[in-house]
Amino acid sequence: MKRLRLSRASAPYFLLVPGLAWLVVFYVYPAIQMFLVSLWTGNITEGFRQTFNWSIYGESLSEYWPWILRSAEYGGLATLFAFVLGFPLAYTIAFKGGAYKNVLLFLVIAPFFTSFLLRTLSWKIILADSGIVLGPLKDAGFLPDDFRLLATPAAVVAGITYNFLPFMTLPLYVALEKIDFRLIEAARDLYAGPWRPGGAIVGGAVGGLLVAVVTAILGANPLIPGIAGAIVGGLIGTFLISEAFVRVVLPLSLPGIFAGSLLTFIPAVGDFINAELLGDPKSQMIGNVIQGRFLKVTDYPTAAALSFILMAAIIVGVLIYARLLGTEELTGGAT
Amino acid sequence: MSAAAISASRRPSPLQRFGVAIERFLLPLYTIGVTLYLILPVAVMILFSFNDPTGRSNLIFKKFSFDAWLDPLGRIGLGDAVRNSLIVAFGSTLVATILGTLIALALVRYSFRGRNTTNMLIFLPMSTPEIVLGSSLLTMFIASTKLPFIPEGLLYPLSIRTIFIAHVMFNISYVVVTVKARLQGFPRHLEEAAMDLGANEWVTFWRVTFPLILPGVVAAALLAFSLSIDDYVITAFTAGNAQTFPLYIYGAQQRGIPVQVNVIGTIIFGSAVLLVILTTLWQRRQAVRDFAPLRTIEK
Repeated sequence: MKRLRLSRASAPYFLLVPGLAWLVVFYVYPAIQMFLVSLWTGNITEGFRQTFNWSIYGESLSEYWPWILRSAEYGGLATLFAFVLGFPLAYTIAFKGGAYKNVLLFLVIAPFFTSFLLRTLSWKIILADSGIVLGPLKDAGFLPDDFRLLATPAAVVAGITYNFLPFMTLPLYVALEKIDFRLIEAARDLYAGPWRPGGAIVGGAVGGLLVAVVTAILGANPLIPGIAGAIVGGLIGTFLISEAFVRVVLPLSLPGIFAGSLLTFIPAVGDFINAELLGDPKSQMIGNVIQGRFLKVTDYPTAAALSFILMAAIIVGVLIYARLLGTEELTGGAT
Repeated sequence: MSAAAISASRRPSPLQRFGVAIERFLLPLYTIGVTLYLILPVAVMILFSFNDPTGRSNLIFKKFSFDAWLDPLGRIGLGDAVRNSLIVAFGSTLVATILGTLIALALVRYSFRGRNTTNMLIFLPMSTPEIVLGSSLLTMFIASTKLPFIPEGLLYPLSIRTIFIAHVMFNISYVVVTVKARLQGFPRHLEEAAMDLGANEWVTFWRVTFPLILPGVVAAALLAFSLSIDDYVITAFTAGNAQTFPLYIYGAQQRGIPVQVNVIGTIIFGSAVLLVILTTLWQRRQAVRDFAPLRTIEK
């Protein structure tokens, strides 16, 4: 291929250097600096010294592990809910969107055009104790007067799910959109029919578990709602899940599931806005601790140690996840 | 089995017809429901920009009024915050779009050593939680006071400058990914044709390459702008005493959000929607022109 002088070996480096230098100086170097700061000793008034006090890691882990666990739990639940909500949405837009495809996609990303904070504050208005949702339900006697959603773990998980749902839906849509519809037709021609009883079992299990988890977070007895959820899920699974879906669509959408769940879980686990605005002191996440230690208490070493632990945990988690799913989407997402 | 028997066995049973009905009505109904759920908070924000609340908090809809719309910056500090947000958003978008586009060009057009490292360096900032990005920058800015070769006051105390640095940093990766997506399937032979016809690299870039990648660059810039103007977490760690619009909202929410915040939020939302519609129309027209060079570049 003839590319004349453009193919000079040094040309790509001229293009790369300015941007990569910015990332090295303001991303890589700060990460190293944060590690060094975590090994400082001192306080803001008397100054800090580099003491290589390694015990800070053990101390902050043993003091803050409930927050770390809670973050993983909320982040995981939000990712699961976003998947359950987002998959049928992405599927419908990709396969049944028709003329409305672009409008629907636009509506999925439209929330991004509003401030994250304003959206979360809107939920505060919507979910208020006597607001537009709970008010009428309480007046009609469906809910006890002291029932509340705000300042509960449920509100935090719901807020995170809401805020990161587009991050889940868009990669799923991209993966589903690429599927050649002729493959599904071929599967049907080869006698892929309805997926019974698998659909009933999977649908029932998923429906029952989801409803049970939600009611448990809300603080109610999960048994009866769980059974109801299992029946509804089982019915949907029986009629909606076909063999072609299980054997063709689902495997082909794995890259989207991988990208979507990473794009949802990573920001979700480090989030502190939803816990701050919709939660109470008992539903605070590790992000709240890091933010408070850095900006309010100025306990830089502990904050840096926790932040470093969070970063390391996520990198390790991403690598394990990539290995498990056997996909190269990790860098493929960026290439 | 005769043909008639086959066609009889293929006729959908009532159960199957029920399944088809579910698929035909349940999925669209569900889609409408989830879309409404996604849009609901935005609608609430817009509705409450027309509220005339009693007291400080704008949490209950009292009376319809245009008061806040007639005086959208009528709060102490709000004007400054919005101005800072716009400066940072425009500035960081410009710088990040240039730096990111150059990286994307290098990645798509050349094969070179260090490609995987580059990809990793682009991917990592996007897969790091914002709180880690913000806090690590904060530790660096604090520690920079101990370094001898950094002019005093450049990085610490924190200011609008440090916000700008942070925003460029997190925007570069998004620009690279967006421009690269458009560059896949880039008609490279057009560049080669231009050079065969005697154009030098500079002319080839501005007359052939740039018009071709422009839609991708515009999309990337729009994304970078919307990420920058909305960012709270990283900004909170790198702002010091400087204010931006999201920082103002956060500070105000403890006392009660003024209605003006909803007005500005609505204006930002409206402008973004308008911009997206305009660029979509423009790109359709571009596609119709089928790779013809832009007139503005010909002069």
